[in-house]
Amino acid sequence: MYPENLYYSQDHEWLKIEGEEAILGITDFAQKQLGDIIFVDLPAVGKTVEAHQAIATVESVKSVSDIYSPVAGEVVQVNQEVAQTPELINRDPHGQGWILRLKIKDKSELNKLMKAGDYEKFLEGLEH
Amino acid sequence: MINAIREPLIFEISSPGKTAFKVPALDVPEKKDLLAGVPLRTDIENFPEVSEPEIARHFTRLSQANYCVDLGIYPLGSCTMKYNPKINEKIASLPGLAQAHPLAPEELVQGNLELMKMLEKLLLEITGMEAITLQPAAGAHGELTGMMLIRAYHQAQGNPRKYVLIPDSAHGTNPSSAHICGYTVKEVKSNERGTVSLEDLARLMDEDVAALMVTNPNTLGVFESDICQIADIVHSRGGFLYMDGANLNALAGITRPGDLKVDVMHLNLHKTFSTPHGGGGPGAGPVAVKKILEPFLPVPVIEEKVGFYHLNYQRPQSIGRVRSFYGQFLVAVKALAYILNLGPAGLKEMVETAVLNSNYLRKNLEGLYELKYDTPTLHECVFSDKYQKDYGVTNLDISKRLLDYGLHPPTMSFPLIVHGALMIEPTETESRRDLDLFIEAMKAIAREAKENPEVLRTAPHITYVRRLDEVQAARNPVLRWEK
Repeated sequence: MYPENLYYSQDHEWLKIEGEEAILGITDFAQKQLGDIIFVDLPAVGKTVEAHQAIATVESVKSVSDIYSPVAGEVVQVNQEVAQTPELINRDPHGQGWILRLKIKDKSELNKLMKAGDYEKFLEGLEH
Repeated sequence: MINAIREPLIFEISSPGKTAFKVPALDVPEKKDLLAGVPLRTDIENFPEVSEPEIARHFTRLSQANYCVDLGIYPLGSCTMKYNPKINEKIASLPGLAQAHPLAPEELVQGNLELMKMLEKLLLEITGMEAITLQPAAGAHGELTGMMLIRAYHQAQGNPRKYVLIPDSAHGTNPSSAHICGYTVKEVKSNERGTVSLEDLARLMDEDVAALMVTNPNTLGVFESDICQIADIVHSRGGFLYMDGANLNALAGITRPGDLKVDVMHLNLHKTFSTPHGGGGPGAGPVAVKKILEPFLPVPVIEEKVGFYHLNYQRPQSIGRVRSFYGQFLVAVKALAYILNLGPAGLKEMVETAVLNSNYLRKNLEGLYELKYDTPTLHECVFSDKYQKDYGVTNLDISKRLLDYGLHPPTMSFPLIVHGALMIEPTETESRRDLDLFIEAMKAIAREAKENPEVLRTAPHITYVRRLDEVQAARNPVLRWEK
């Protein structure tokens, strides 16, 4: 279910590492909890963010939720396709539904994140 | 109106030249040049043209397809949709009140000013606060005003501060109000009881924090019993305790926020004090404060000097105006009539009955629907769809099915800390019979979830319109009729 090559946060974001950069999205669990996503608010390219700071917003029919960056970094690219077609996040959360690309400040922060197996166990521990 | 032919839009029944009025023939010389040079709009086309019976029937039919608090229970949690006594409307429509001109000289509207002052005094007595403004036009407007007062105070000390703390169970308007006021919001976690975690609050509270915004009882209907300790933590670092008064229907006449160390709060007259809301009329969100914030209150402030009421605009530290004229005057009149009618004992009974009704519902639905937090609750309770999930039924399906039973659904998917939430607030105005109707419908729906989940997933079946495509409506809203 959850790809082995991604890192996962307790706030249900995933990171895919490509060299010094990371692609960020929300997990399948997160998109299911949110329901149909109707709007994505993306940051400007060049924005810097601390770890655990809100970096983007997703709105579903039920609620508006912040997306937190699991690591510190600088936004180098945003996915304009999800801004146009937010349902991509519902359809393909770990692929086409990626949200933005970050230049990572300190790669050692990745050690605090979960791998797929741990994330699945973490989900089992949640009530719903 | 059920199963009737779908009512067309008013544009669709229009035919050119039809009118619903008739004017007498012109018996004076026609003047055509009076509007010369005045910019006139010419781009409005296809304005509906209908006869009087058509217009009367059109809107009557639409109103019959609607649901309202005059039809039955409206159990929207944290909205306090109680029945609104008609006598208050009658009082507010007295000519001296309804037809008073907002620019009339003070000498001619002394009675109106006196009513406002009287309401101020009563609200201060109910809340235990020390100064008040009736200006804000709604709850969120009250929040914004309250946050502006806090910012003005900190600014006057030389530092407006950076952060506002808000619990994860808060109303969505709280972070918005703080944000609009220039603050960055930090979220305080709830503990296992569903109340503010003192540890998390102490960890987050520092000299950069301007205030904590808390709702009490909170959106789970749980009384924040640590409220005084919460206040002490916030005050120890020079912050203010803001209380969202949306849930005052659980406290009024029993306990006073001012005595619980609250510094600023707003009241929703359209909730607690029974003035219509939700399309039925404008709201009103008076803001009550402790003395320390009084100099910053918006202008005008009503003052009484030897029996004469005066609107004071000369207040150098005031945040200025937050609304034109004097707030929602007629809403204030209705709230005043309501409070005077109930009296102190009546207010207490109002709260006790609201709490009793909520707990009667809770007790009867326990076991059928999940209660994520089993902490005792006051005027509202929050169930979830967890037990129904196994049958592929969500809180949305349950809510839609309630429409088939002729009832308005509760607040859904809020507070956010309860997934699949159904937040029920019956209020004190529901009789035992009305509560039982709701309970029986919820029981039947719990049964249907097991035996015939499809009937829920495709609900509603007997309403004027069937299930609407909410996703499509949000993604591609069509807000204007086009030919």
